[in-house]
Amino acid sequence: MAEMTLRVNGSVRELDVDPRTSLLDLLRERLGLTGTKKGCDHGQCGACTVLLDGRRANACLALAVACDGSEVTTVEGLGGAADGDEPHPLQTAFVERDAFQCGYCTPGQLCSAAGMLAERGPSAVTADLTDDPPLTPEEIRERMSGNLCRCGAYVNIVAAIQEAAR
Amino acid sequence: MNRVEGRDKVTGRARYAFEYPAEDVAYVHPVQAAVTRGRILSVDATDALATPGVLAVLSCAEPPALGSREDAELALFQSDQVAYRGQLVAAVVARAPETAREAAEHGVRIGYDAEPHDVLLRADHPGLYTPEKVNPGMPAETRRGDVEAGFAEAAVTVDATYTTPTLHNNPMEPHATMAVWEENGDLTLYDSTQGAADDRDTIAEVLGLPPERVRVVAPHVGGGFGSKGTTRPNAILAALAARAAGRPVKLALTRQQMYDLTGYRTPTIQRVRLGADAEGRLTAISHEAVEQSSTLMEFAEQTAAPTRVMYAAPNRRTTHRLVRLDVPTPSWMRAPGECPGMFALESAMDELAVAAGIDPIELRIRNEPDVDPENDLPFSSRNLVACLREGARRFGWEGRDPRPGIRLDGRWLIGTGVAASTYPSRRMASTADATVEDGDFVIRIAAADIGTGARTVLTRIAAETLGTAPERVRVEVGDSALPRASLAGGSMGTASWGSAVVRACEALLKNGERGTADTTEDVEGDTGFSRHAFGAQFAEVRVDLDTGEVRVPRLLGVFAAGRILEPKLARSQFVGGMTMGMGMALMEQTIVDERDGGFLNHDLAQYHVAACADVQDIDAVWIEEEDPHLNPMGAKGVGEIGIVGTAAAVANAVHHATGRRVRDLPITPPKLVG
Ligand code: FES
Ligand code: FES
Repeated sequence: MAEMTLRVNGSVRELDVDPRTSLLDLLRERLGLTGTKKGCDHGQCGACTVLLDGRRANACLALAVACDGSEVTTVEGLGGAADGDEPHPLQTAFVERDAFQCGYCTPGQLCSAAGMLAERGPSAVTADLTDDPPLTPEEIRERMSGNLCRCGAYVNIVAAIQEAAR
Repeated sequence: MNRVEGRDKVTGRARYAFEYPAEDVAYVHPVQAAVTRGRILSVDATDALATPGVLAVLSCAEPPALGSREDAELALFQSDQVAYRGQLVAAVVARAPETAREAAEHGVRIGYDAEPHDVLLRADHPGLYTPEKVNPGMPAETRRGDVEAGFAEAAVTVDATYTTPTLHNNPMEPHATMAVWEENGDLTLYDSTQGAADDRDTIAEVLGLPPERVRVVAPHVGGGFGSKGTTRPNAILAALAARAAGRPVKLALTRQQMYDLTGYRTPTIQRVRLGADAEGRLTAISHEAVEQSSTLMEFAEQTAAPTRVMYAAPNRRTTHRLVRLDVPTPSWMRAPGECPGMFALESAMDELAVAAGIDPIELRIRNEPDVDPENDLPFSSRNLVACLREGARRFGWEGRDPRPGIRLDGRWLIGTGVAASTYPSRRMASTADATVEDGDFVIRIAAADIGTGARTVLTRIAAETLGTAPERVRVEVGDSALPRASLAGGSMGTASWGSAVVRACEALLKNGERGTADTTEDVEGDTGFSRHAFGAQFAEVRVDLDTGEVRVPRLLGVFAAGRILEPKLARSQFVGGMTMGMGMALMEQTIVDERDGGFLNHDLAQYHVAACADVQDIDAVWIEEEDPHLNPMGAKGVGEIGIVGTAAAVANAVHHATGRRVRDLPITPPKLVG
């Protein structure tokens, strides 16, 4: 077991963890933060996306011990209030636009979108690589393609992100 | 209306099966067969049992007592025979998930006597036979008139073979269960299931318990698409492991394990023959499907069934033949039968249109039947023609130049295609309970909301029947302790549960306090009509001249599905189905390992499902359809028809763009270049 400190949704947690434990399993199994989902455990679906020191990351690909001293924001903390009672504009837009069906990819989509909106610079679909492109639907689709949705809610996910970004 | 549980889903509060808290919970990790056919000679779990934190090992070395072995996929550890690579052969229970996994992967040595295997479906397989029935209880063969005579008199014919690969449902939530044995011997399972009541009954039977001692809880389910419609081994394994460990046990199959253990769509080989006169009127239709099942159990998909209702023709035949291979048992995947079958039929109709020089929409309209062409029953409603016309108008079909391979935009070839959709509109008996509590209405029914929006649409149905606002209605679903209801499958949910909710609410209005309903009799009266939803799908594709990459800038579906109860949610269902259909057209396939058995690409990096960047403009609309012969709501199901016909529309558009007819899904770049 290894000692570590993690700041999760604003509160500091002192933890003793098995070095084999992923950040995802730490959140879900130890800290009871089951909002972050496990869809593949291999970095292939995005369901486990959280904000790790402000950047989006797949929690299934991070060993918990390697996150010692980091700050993690999960879907439960996205709105800023620990009880989720102050929804983030993305959360509101997802509900309004019906940007999910089963809801299992949704926390990952939300954290990924929140991280994506804070990112700068071009993507693979940006015409001019020196550009910091506007957030067109095409840019959103490209930047959100690490988050699979088997229910096929992409059309509404893109619309919701556009709305929240306004 | 927004989804009533929407807020819970976007804040992470909605709990799925694996996420319930329990004291002192343990974890179980499966061990899967490493041969494709053979016998287990020995199980050596010494290392696993010596691992600190390991609580128990299960295997056929000590077969756990079961009440029924009838479902061979659920009769865990009862036999030393291996029926397919990846079958459950042992499992390790431990205090920590990491320990269970490590001990399962390295601490259990299984000795096998491997036998030669046979995993490849072929149209000339000597083991092919005609099953007695196809899913869900339909005849395997139908015949009318004389098809050979019909082909002989035809002015134009098409005779083509279409193939579809093994496909996996891949819901985003893995199949997961937490099993808790109560002190009195009752069992509670938090299980990811499409039907709590049926799941409870199956689990009770397999474990040899009376059903009332088992409870299945599943308020939120992260998708299923058919794969959670039947009880899966994870539920049984969790229960057995919890019994062995003497504490609650959690199990979530890994994404890789899901490919072997949770069902899949059978690969199909379909020969379609069409004959038509010079005006395009069909003289004969023949649809012969070849598909597979496992050596354990028969599952026969109704692949040719949609051909029985689509087009008029005096001479017709549909057949299904099956071969039992050393593979897992196939099962339901979104629109079993209709989905692969309509790829073949609707591709063949496009080929006929090309051969006859007739517009593909016009060809379909000319073959519109007045009554169900196989049983002469009137359709309760049938608006395929209206869908085709409305779609043509919205999509801008008029003036389309039918010549293939002539539209070039830079290095992109452009084409458009159309295909029809259909899906049966059935319902099953359900019960429901409606009460007034603290001035609000509470509806209880063991329905399932797997992302379809069942909770929301039932709220709306109840509110309308009661003449109140949806905010004053609370609907409880997803628990076998609630009044018994049918499962979420076959696009029957809204029709089945809605019927029970309407009746229960009507009863409540009568006596003012409480209403109950059982729709068994209503459903028995559902005869005398052929009931189906219809639709038309339009695709525009761009095909890269050099790489063969296919992009789909536009996909439009126009559906006739009775009364649409919740427009926002219905549209999501249609579009979701079409999105999956586009994935089927262009990328989805599970590759069978001919040499070693099992599936090769069993994860989401290698089994490609449509991602956000693949989806551009997908839209679904519907036409107003009044149908008094369905159910009190006048609604047809919308969960599956969206995936029916999409692949054909895309394939037909690819032909229009390139002149290449791809009859073997998915349409990957190598099939379009060289
Ligand atoms: S669970 Fe981490 S990417 Fe799928
Ligand atoms: S909402 Fe079900 S997977 Fe995205």
